Amino acid sequence: MGNVLLVLSSFLASAVEMVEALTIVLASGLTRGWRSSLLGVGSATLALAVVIAVLGPALTVVPIDTLRLVVGGLLLVFGLQWLRKAILRASGYKALHDEDAIFARELDQAKTAPRDERAGIDWYGFTLSFKGVLLEGLEVAFIVLTFGSTQGNIPLAALGAAVAVVLVAAVGVLARAPLARVPENTMKFAVGVMLTTFGVFWGAEGAGASWPGGDAAILGVLAFVVALSLAMVALLRYRRAQVVTA
Amino acid sequence: MSRLAAFGRFWWDFVVGDDWVAAAGIAGGLVLTAVLAAWWVLPFVVALVLAVTLRRAIRSG
Repeated sequence: MGNVLLVLSSFLASAVEMVEALTIVLASGLTRGWRSSLLGVGSATLALAVVIAVLGPALTVVPIDTLRLVVGGLLLVFGLQWLRKAILRASGYKALHDEDAIFARELDQAKTAPRDERAGIDWYGFTLSFKGVLLEGLEVAFIVLTFGSTQGNIPLAALGAAVAVVLVAAVGVLARAPLARVPENTMKFAVGVMLTTFGVFWGAEGAGASWPGGDAAILGVLAFVVALSLAMVALLRYRRAQVVTA
Repeated sequence: MSRLAAFGRFWWDFVVGDDWVAAAGIAGGLVLTAVLAAWWVLPFVVALVLAVTLRRAIRSG
């Protein structure tokens, strides 16, 4: 069960971040030329590979309890950020993430930016793609490494993320448009729930607590986080309706 | 801004995010869990921190 959740979490987190990166790369490629944009993508992928190559082996030598405590804490901080935004969106307090609108904005900015061409590369297009892929990919790399090392299976976590990257890239190439139909907000909600669940489970274990029922308790934590999140959404929707009526 | 400050700012934003209260609450929850060695502390803290951070986000608009 833990492995299924591991792959699912890596896949969902990677898919969401790659949809966002794709929007930026498409905007850059269509306006500034594909050569510079794809060079930016390649360089960012290389930088991410270096981060993973350095950080991955380093994590395997950290004692498991320390790793679980630190990773649990970080996953909780990340998870609650994702969850907060997802709950605010689901309850109407924050606008839904709209890839079409973001694409239009990026396109507009990329069109009007002055051209700075050196060595045959348009540096605006290069930097836009590089930053997009690196920043979105860094969180995925972190999730894959921490989930994988804490669960003792980095390759399995990497597999979930890799499938998502290939899938989003393939659909992006075929569609040549931002993937606005992907249920991004629902996926972000799911990722927030997963990160928070693993964060609670590993954080408590790393801090020296024992879960009743051992590893099976993760399902109980998952149910708790889902129920808590849905209750928050319902509460905020009710509160918003009251404010609008008044 | 110096490169070092920008580097520090990037990692602060990456790890702590846009609400430091949530990060501080989680850190406090982990310490309390270690002191009490009790599994139920973190779920309780998560519920509390989520409520507080949502309230802060709504208030700040």
